[in-house]
Amino acid sequence: MFRNVEELVSIAEKKEIPISEVMILQEMEHHDRSRRDIFSQMERNLDVMEKAVERGIKEQVKSVSGLTGGDGKKLFEYIQKNETLSGTLMLEAVAKAMATNEVNAAMGTICATPTAGSAGVVPGTLFAVKDKLNPTREQMVRFLFTSGAFGFVVANNASISGAAGGCQAEVGSATGMAAAAIVEMAGGKPRQSAMAMAMALKGMLGLVCDPVAGLVEVPCVKRNAFGASNALVAADMALAGIESRIPCDEVIDAMYRIGETMPFTLRETGEGGLAATPTGRKYQEQIFGASTKKV
Amino acid sequence: MKYRSVFDIIGPVMIGPSSSHTAGAARIGLVARQLFQKEPTWVEFHLYGSFAKTYLGHGTDVALTGGVLGYDTSDIRITESLKFAEEQGLIVSFHEEEAQTDHPNTVRIRLGDKQSEMELVGISIGGGKVEIKELNGFQLRLSGNHPAILVVHHDRFGAIASVSTALAKHQINIGHMEVSRKEVGKEALMVIEVDQNIGKDILSEIEKMELVTQVTKIHE
Repeated sequence: MFRNVEELVSIAEKKEIPISEVMILQEMEHHDRSRRDIFSQMERNLDVMEKAVERGIKEQVKSVSGLTGGDGKKLFEYIQKNETLSGTLMLEAVAKAMATNEVNAAMGTICATPTAGSAGVVPGTLFAVKDKLNPTREQMVRFLFTSGAFGFVVANNASISGAAGGCQAEVGSATGMAAAAIVEMAGGKPRQSAMAMAMALKGMLGLVCDPVAGLVEVPCVKRNAFGASNALVAADMALAGIESRIPCDEVIDAMYRIGETMPFTLRETGEGGLAATPTGRKYQEQIFGASTKKV
Repeated sequence: MKYRSVFDIIGPVMIGPSSSHTAGAARIGLVARQLFQKEPTWVEFHLYGSFAKTYLGHGTDVALTGGVLGYDTSDIRITESLKFAEEQGLIVSFHEEEAQTDHPNTVRIRLGDKQSEMELVGISIGGGKVEIKELNGFQLRLSGNHPAILVVHHDRFGAIASVSTALAKHQINIGHMEVSRKEVGKEALMVIEVDQNIGKDILSEIEKMELVTQVTKIHE
């Protein structure tokens, strides 16, 4: 069983197989399951992600609180009708990431990657690069195994919980996972995936979890938007041959230690950061009224 | 290692909005329901840390209730579980606790019916994964991700051997096992995580053993 990114990459290099294959082989061995069984479970997850993306860019979804919904759709429509500044692929990733999180906020069905609050980044980027790289369905499933392999290391060596490590542990982890998987799908080497993960996560270090009214909505939906764009940029940087000066495992470790020292108010308590702004508080009062004891 | 499968990371498929506060909460509720083995008529949820601060916004209340009603994380009925609870005559209450706990997402569930009651402490550690830390005053560690049996027994020599021998006879492999007791020589609890679901015949065989007082199971 690989315990860190270095071991993961070494196994892939030694056996001359992609990261996704290392993850699949480990899953087969440690859980005594067939390749077909594992593959079809992951394909079902892919189907759930695809449905959530489609729903979010086509339907006018709205959360129970009314705080979020419809922005993924709005951006998607803007891309169809306008010459954009950032480019179609980039903005499609952003639109689809937001769409997924808006469906999540509306208590729709999603697949946690690695969490629900950060569920937009991986599918958002996947369903955007798909149009450029034309992957097979199998390659799309592999994208999820590669993401999962890096997420597995982060979850075991640091955290993927906003309550424990802030948003860097959720959207930050998702961004690194997506960046690594984009690199593999684009034909990059395992070590380049690790570099993409390191650079993407570095860009998210210190990000706090400060949801307005404690809801997985503001700023979560838009944090997923920026996670998706960071993932694409980090992937391109790694594919260009740029390397992270700090090794990926040490970045993950730094993320963990930053999370440990983050104040309680900035770890999914809805008490600090954006949640504590005058407008954030006003939304909270509007949504929950004076009947709750929450401050 | 806390996370052992890629599907802990890419998954679960769930009803939003939060893997720790919604899906994890539903799982803890479901484990409580499975361990109680019958329909409770009342349930109290004592919420700590981030659970206490944000449970309304995350649907933690409907998720916990849905779990206790037996719903899985992807069951759409979760969104209306409070209504279903009322229809079924399950009295639900929530209590925001001030105390600081080791983990920010902690819930203490007390539930029961006219005959008996049960208390457990669960934590939601991220990405929908949970751990049960305490059951009726016994310290333990149970993931709820694998089939498991919980055996209440007398703290005497031979109790563990007789249970594990019975499992061996039925060719059941033990993946993880823990034993805890409150006092030497009194009541003790065995938690045994296994690789496959355990049939009723084996459970009743274990329940009939001299040193065993109660057996419950968690299935996949």
